[in-house]
Amino acid sequence: MEALQRVFGKNAAYLLIGPAAIWLAVFFLFPMLSLLTTSLSDPATGSPINGYTLTWRVDNYVEALGEYWPYMMRSLLYAGIATLGCLVLGYVLAYAIAFKAGRWKTVMLVLVIAPFFTSFLVRTLSWKLILADNGFIVNTLQTLHILGEDGRLLATPFAVIMGLTYNFLPFMILPLYTSLEKIDPKLNEAAADLYASPWQRFTKVIWPLSLPGVVGGTLLTFIPATGDYINASLLGSPNTQMVGNKIQQLFTTAGDYPHASALSVILMVLIVAMVLFYVRRAGTEELL
Amino acid sequence: MITRVGNWIGKHLMLTLGILVLLYMYIPNFIVALMSFNDSSESRNLYQFQSFTWDNWLNPCAPQGMCESLRVSISIGLLATLVATIIGTLAAFALVRHRFEGRSTMNLVLFLPMATPEIVMGSSLLALFVAAGFGGQLGFWTVLIAHIMFCISFVVVTVRSRLAGLDSNLEKAASDLYANEWQTFWRITFPLVFPGILSAALLAFSLSFDDFIITNLNSGTTVTFPMFVWGAAQRGVPMQVNVIGTLMFLLALGIVIGGEVLSRRRAKGKAVTL
Repeated sequence: MEALQRVFGKNAAYLLIGPAAIWLAVFFLFPMLSLLTTSLSDPATGSPINGYTLTWRVDNYVEALGEYWPYMMRSLLYAGIATLGCLVLGYVLAYAIAFKAGRWKTVMLVLVIAPFFTSFLVRTLSWKLILADNGFIVNTLQTLHILGEDGRLLATPFAVIMGLTYNFLPFMILPLYTSLEKIDPKLNEAAADLYASPWQRFTKVIWPLSLPGVVGGTLLTFIPATGDYINASLLGSPNTQMVGNKIQQLFTTAGDYPHASALSVILMVLIVAMVLFYVRRAGTEELL
Repeated sequence: MITRVGNWIGKHLMLTLGILVLLYMYIPNFIVALMSFNDSSESRNLYQFQSFTWDNWLNPCAPQGMCESLRVSISIGLLATLVATIIGTLAAFALVRHRFEGRSTMNLVLFLPMATPEIVMGSSLLALFVAAGFGGQLGFWTVLIAHIMFCISFVVVTVRSRLAGLDSNLEKAASDLYANEWQTFWRITFPLVFPGILSAALLAFSLSFDDFIITNLNSGTTVTFPMFVWGAAQRGVPMQVNVIGTLMFLLALGIVIGGEVLSRRRAKGKAVTL
């Protein structure tokens, strides 16, 4: 590195960072600008092949929001519930690995990541079989009268939320584990010596110290879950479609790029606003 | 026996619950492995286990277009991994080893792709390609560009954390022993960072191989493996898809376990020679 520094002087750092900076500028930041201009173009005069011209048509936003706000709300609701589910399940597992696994720590961590090397779509499809109408789970629930005679799980909001929870669980577990692992077990012992009950030890010692992982994990789960449409498509019904379904349909089948772009921009703005609010509330701004 | 199991569970309640969560995460993999032995010749539309067969494993490429899509996914995955790993590793070195103007901006720009929903990234790239007049030429190259883009950040994060944890005394020791800068870099720094680069590459490949949402918007008529599965899901999924899923799982598990065993053996060897 020092050799580079000597030859190129102060520019060595820029030579190293250059390729990444250029790639992300051209193919991440610049496209965001394209998305913005497309969202303000007239859908009637342009086409996906010839492109669109900017006409500052703000009505695209009014129309997109007016027509598709239920999908947006559904996305936020489903992703929110799935994130909570991930937090509960993920916390239990991350806690077990960090404090209770002993010499099996590494093995359990590998086991957390391993299932996700099977294709996302193939695994999501298998839930279709598990939750099927004549499947084991539905039959059992019907026998126990938890589910009605013709009750079903597939094609319900439950199936979609369950799919989201399952698919984004590792994104919750890994950050949680990272911050739980850093906690000195002696702090817990000290609290016990001072007569704190197990519940007090959790709420006063472990939970506050794990907050960076909680914030990181919930963000990494909530953001992709909000934009996801694979679970809603494969496990849901037309009544459980999320905003991702609509954006995708408007781009690919309808070819209505301006409205699709407007919807995309709205989703992005909503997420950024919620993330900033959430991070401020949680008091972990140094995370960003 | 039952009381002993009961006692163990009582003592290790959190561990038991954790193992239950882990088992839940494996349900789909179990189903995928099971379905890879399913004989679906009677009805392809019925997605349930009918009867046992080795056929799917013996003729994995039987469904039309599946292995072709697999080849496309592997080529894109390898190319994207190569480019993203090189670009990302260089950037990680710059961020850890150099103080330069714009460093915090760069950190933010690297963080953003990980915090943006895929559907937004995919649609903005599509908007760019159409605006630049490439609307009719979507395919292999546009998908590759997209995959490199979203892999870079993950590579930087992985390599950066390895590099930041490096003991700089090792490099100082090398230069005390009259190693020049290149020798220090190639004999000390690089071998120590290499495991980080390797896991970054593995992560990049699996992200690229598995991507659907961004690919679907920018692929034109090119069909990757996830897109093949998506298309098949509308008609009736060929059981060979489950063979591929199981193979990928076993392959990844093998690589990870192999790497672990190797690093443990190396650590032991070092302890002996020291």
